[in-house]
Parts: sequence; structure tokens; C-alpha cells
Amino acid sequence: MKRSQMEYVAGGGLIDRRSLLVGGIAFLAASSIKPVAASVNEGVKRIGDDFPVWSRTLGRQGTTYGQPSIHEKHLKLKLQLPSAPENSGTTGWLTPLEKLHGIITPNGLHFGSHHFGIPDIDPDKHELLIHGLVEKPLKFTMERLLRYPMISKIRFIECAGNTAFNALSPLSHDGSCQDLHGLISCSEWVGIQASLLLNETGLGKKAKWVIVEGADGGSHSRSIPLSKLLDDAIIAFYQNGERLRAEQGYPMRLLLPGWEGNTSIKYVHRLEVVDAPAYTGHDSGVYTQHLSNGQIEGFSFYMDVKSVITHPSGKQILEEQGFYEITGLAWSGYGKISKVEVSADDGKTWAPAQLHGPIIEKALTRFSIPWHWDGKSTVLLSRATDAHGRMQPGRKEWKQRYASPTFNHYNAIQSWDISSNGEVENVYV
Amino acid sequence: MAKLKMFMYKVFKWGLSVIGLTVSITGITGEVSVNLGSPLTESEISRVSITIFPNGHNLPKGQGSVKEGEKLYVELCSACHGESGTEGPSNRLTGSIGLFSFMDPLRIMRIQEVNGLLVMSTGQQWPYATSIFDFVRRAMPHYKPKSLTNNETYSLTAYILYLNDLVNKDAVIDRKNLPGVEMPAFKRYVRAWKNKSAADDFIPRP
Ligand code: HEC
Repeated sequence: MKRSQMEYVAGGGLIDRRSLLVGGIAFLAASSIKPVAASVNEGVKRIGDDFPVWSRTLGRQGTTYGQPSIHEKHLKLKLQLPSAPENSGTTGWLTPLEKLHGIITPNGLHFGSHHFGIPDIDPDKHELLIHGLVEKPLKFTMERLLRYPMISKIRFIECAGNTAFNALSPLSHDGSCQDLHGLISCSEWVGIQASLLLNETGLGKKAKWVIVEGADGGSHSRSIPLSKLLDDAIIAFYQNGERLRAEQGYPMRLLLPGWEGNTSIKYVHRLEVVDAPAYTGHDSGVYTQHLSNGQIEGFSFYMDVKSVITHPSGKQILEEQGFYEITGLAWSGYGKISKVEVSADDGKTWAPAQLHGPIIEKALTRFSIPWHWDGKSTVLLSRATDAHGRMQPGRKEWKQRYASPTFNHYNAIQSWDISSNGEVENVYV
Repeated sequence: MAKLKMFMYKVFKWGLSVIGLTVSITGITGEVSVNLGSPLTESEISRVSITIFPNGHNLPKGQGSVKEGEKLYVELCSACHGESGTEGPSNRLTGSIGLFSFMDPLRIMRIQEVNGLLVMSTGQQWPYATSIFDFVRRAMPHYKPKSLTNNETYSLTAYILYLNDLVNKDAVIDRKNLPGVEMPAFKRYVRAWKNKSAADDFIPRP
């Protein structure tokens, strides 16, 4: 297939997402095959001479808990802002999205946002209590809870403050995808449907809200509408097959799919069923937004539709012109992703990206589109739409709704500038 | 065949509900009752029930003064929240550097001047004064949460309210008058989450 025969679908070198599936893209393959020199002394030859050291030595023993390859040492969470020592218990750890693929975040690399440090809770001394407007207040030991029927869901968690840099900073911050978008991760969560436990207590007629509390130092608590807990909330014990990490709420956490991460209360130990919200500290301050009309908006639970191109992305360098696969992640707290469009010419023209299955509601969805970079400077953008027709706004549109210094719930389109020397940088268009 | 099965199943389910069997079958209906919880007694509840509500529900007995609060604040809080509650490095407790508009020529300077935690404050953002008592008692001081007595918490709450010009220097705060303190954010606070009957779970200030 000659270049002229390939199907370009939009400006800037975007190639029809189906062309790879059909004929392949031929212009790269020709250069990658090297001739092999014939050996002179065939008789005394040891085949090992032609093999790398790891093919000529016995490998090492396994370990009791697998670790990433020694060559992947760079794969790390990153502390969001090195904070003052006085604030050391209040931290955000960012996931290196641009170094991962697929939709599942490895457990050790799940982002973490901690307001009161990370407790090490003894599961034998941890109970779940449900009381308030119920007929029978109940407590559950861990041992008992683990006997309940479990459900499994792949769901993302995103911190309300993800991408705060782009919301706040008047000039675009030159950060990596991890720096700018790393407060989102996606896992398979296994646990008990919260409705099951709540219903066993005999919910009162006036029950409408539940104050959910963790067992960490600050007893983190949020007021949650009962309807959400009865709908799709999970009391989760397992993450990607193993018990939760301490950073993620061991021995158990609440999971509220699609809602701001702060409401998925870690170390959950108490559900108080009530008729009205408590306006806890985090209902009131940090997790509210200033609107441009002067109002303060709280209980803004849903994480709206959003996407980001992870490859190529901020701080990366394209070594040469030619073929690249543009790929990234899209998600919506309202449901499934229905469409992701990509532009490779500053947003002038757009083409649909391939969505890779499984496409799951309130989970990350991987998208990709083949791209031929001609070595000229350009801007890459992605724009997601969900099954409810919600589409990502531009940055200007988003800013119009909120007053500075609001930084929560930023979901505007991300644009990456590609310079003619291949440097990728965050820009506002 | 499938229809017959469904019918049998419905009868079976109906039967269960008539006899009042609590253990039904997992995975078929989603309606499972396992009942492995144990009863929770009133005294167990009252020991851990620390949430305070805007109408004053669950506020404990006791009281505290601005004067007492000031002493405690200097000793236990100012290292992180600043002498006047504005300097940080931890969250600002009073005042703000203001909301700045997109058109504000000083916006860049003002954003760069402070870290995000010091732009707005407890006094400017929280709609109810009761939440301050709740939060301080459960979470502060940050390095030693839940170490304050109820009276100390009332005093510190009173002092934070005083720093925000919401009570005077001689004020004494208790469970009767705390819910009545009107926070400036109360009028500006709106809920993004709306129930069908949102009106009746919005809490008017007493
Ligand atoms: C070691 C540092 C430290 C000390 C000492 C400390 N705090 Fe805090 N305080 C923090 C941090 C950090 C936060 C933010 C916690 C969070 O993210 O929820 C905070 C949050 C608060 C808030 C909520 C702020 C808001 O608007 O969200 C109040 C009120 C408060 N502290 C009061 C106090 C009082 C009263 C004391 C003294 C008894 C105190 N603090 C002592 C570090 C400290």
C-alpha cells in the first residue's frame, strides 16, 4: 500500500481507524528487517554466541510477591505538590497514565488522595455499623462481611480536583499527563452491594441521606443520598483480585461509581441513616465550587464526561516523523462512553477514534487512532461524548461557569502541542 | 419451557415471601437477605455517633468562650493555620483573597501569590457553624485528632467564629446558640444534587 492509497480521515495526518484492521500500514515495515550475516566456522559454533546474556544464563528464583521488571523502575506514583511538612498528611499521589496501557490501573499505581494520612487498620478490630433511621441498627464484623455474596464491577475513581492545573493556571502548565491528569484510576472492585446491608436494617420511611464515615484519623465523612447507596454503591474488599491496599481503604471502602472520589469513603466503618445532610467539613469547603454568579455549589457528585490522549502526551518527545498510534482514555460518571473524536490539526477537523472493548459504564474506555506525523508543528486534541449525549466543553466554556479559584470538576478538552522538533506540551487553544 | 421456569420461579419467590424466609437465592433476583449482622445497642451507637447536624442535633453539653479559645488556638493550632488564621501553611480559617474574575488584570499575580488552600477559608465557604465544631472535634489538631474535650472544641469554634467577625470577643458558645450563628456562605450555598423532594431536606437555619 502506498501512502497515497491510505485513507486519511481528517487533517494533520489522521488515518482511518479501520485501515490498520484491513490492510495494515505498509510504509513502515520495509525498513525494519535486517539481513543476518552467515557464520564462517559452522562446525565449532555455539549458538549461545549469537544470543544475549539472558538467553545464556539460568534465570533467578521467583519471589513470594511479584514485582515490576527492574527495567520499569521509573514507573512510579508522583506526589502532586510537595507540600509543607505541616500538611504532610494531606497529599495527592498521581498515576502515571502515559506509561500504562489498557484500562486497568495496577494496584500499586492507583492514585491516592489522603486528607488524614494512611492508617494501618487491624481487620479483626474493624466493624461496619449501620444505625439512625432504621428498624434494627446492626454491626458487621469483617469475618461476617466476607461471607456475603459479592459482586464485581470495573469502575474508575477520579478525584474531584483532577486536572486542577488547567482549571487554575492562567498560563498552561508544562506538565506530563501524570502531572495534569493522574488523579484518576480504574480497577475491578469486588464487594457487597451496599443496598443489601442497608435493607437488612429495615430502612425507615424518612430515610433519605446517609452520613458515611471512615475509621481514619480525621474520621473522614460525607453526606450521601440514600438513593445512590441503594442504586449502585459497593462496600469493596478486593481490588484487581487482591484485598485493598492500605492506601485504598483496607480493610474496606465504599465505592460510589462515577461520583467524585472523595465520596468513595475509604476505611468505611459507620453509616448513619438520616433525613437530611450533615454538611460535614468536606461537604462544605474543599469539595465545593465557586460559580461565576457568586454562588457556592456543593454536593456536585457526578464526574462529567472527559478524555485525555495518553500517547503522545506532555513532556514526551516524538523522535522522528512517521507512524504513531494516538491512544488515550475516556470516561463519564454518568454512564458509558459512546464516542471519542480526535483532531490532529488544532481542532479544525475531527475523526472518530476506535473504542476498544469492553466499553463499560463508569469505567475507563481506551481509544486509539492511527496517525502519520509529517514533522510539522500541530496540536492534538480528544473530545469524548457519553451515552447521554454529554460532550466535553472547551476550556473557555468551562471557565465561564466557574469563578477562580475553583478547580474541582474540570473536564475541558485537553490539547497537546506538538512542536516541529517533536516536543509535546500542554497548551490551551 | 423458559416461561414455565419463570412461572415456577415466581411462585417459589412468592412462597418464600409468604413464609417469611429471609434467605433467598443469590444471583437470581439481586434481592438477597443474608442477615449476618448483630444488633447494635444504644450505648454502642452513642459512643461513636459524633456527627453534628446543622439544626444542632447531637451537639454535646458544655460550652466554650472566645477567650479560652484564643489560648488554645495559639498553643495547638497557629503553627499550621497561622497566627491570624490566614497565613497557613494549612487551610485558611478566615477571610479570603477574593474571587478573581477572568478579566481581573491582577489575576495571574494573585493566583501565583498563594497556594490554593489559602485563597478561600472556612469562614467564607462553610454554610453552617455546626460543621466547624464537628470537624475540629473529629479531625483536629491534624497530628492528634480527637484529643480535644467538648468544652475545648466549643472554645476553639467560638474563636474561629470570632476571627470571622461572626461573634464578639466575650461570646460563649454552646449547643443552644451555635446553630443560630449565620455564616456568610449560607445564602450563597446551592446544591447541585437535587432530589425530587429537595425542598424538604434542605435545612433552614433555626
Ligand atoms: C499539623 C498541622 C495542623 C494543626 C496543628 C492544626 N491543623 Fe487544622 N488543618 C490542618 C490541615 C492539613 C487541614 C486540612 C485537612 C483536610 O484536608 O481535610 C486542616 C483543616 C482545618 C479546618 C478546616 C479548614 C477548611 O476550611 O477546610 C479547621 C476548621 C481546622 N483545621 C481547625 C484547626 C484547629 C481549631 C486546630 C487546633 C486545635 C488545628 N486546626 C490544628 C492542619 C493542622
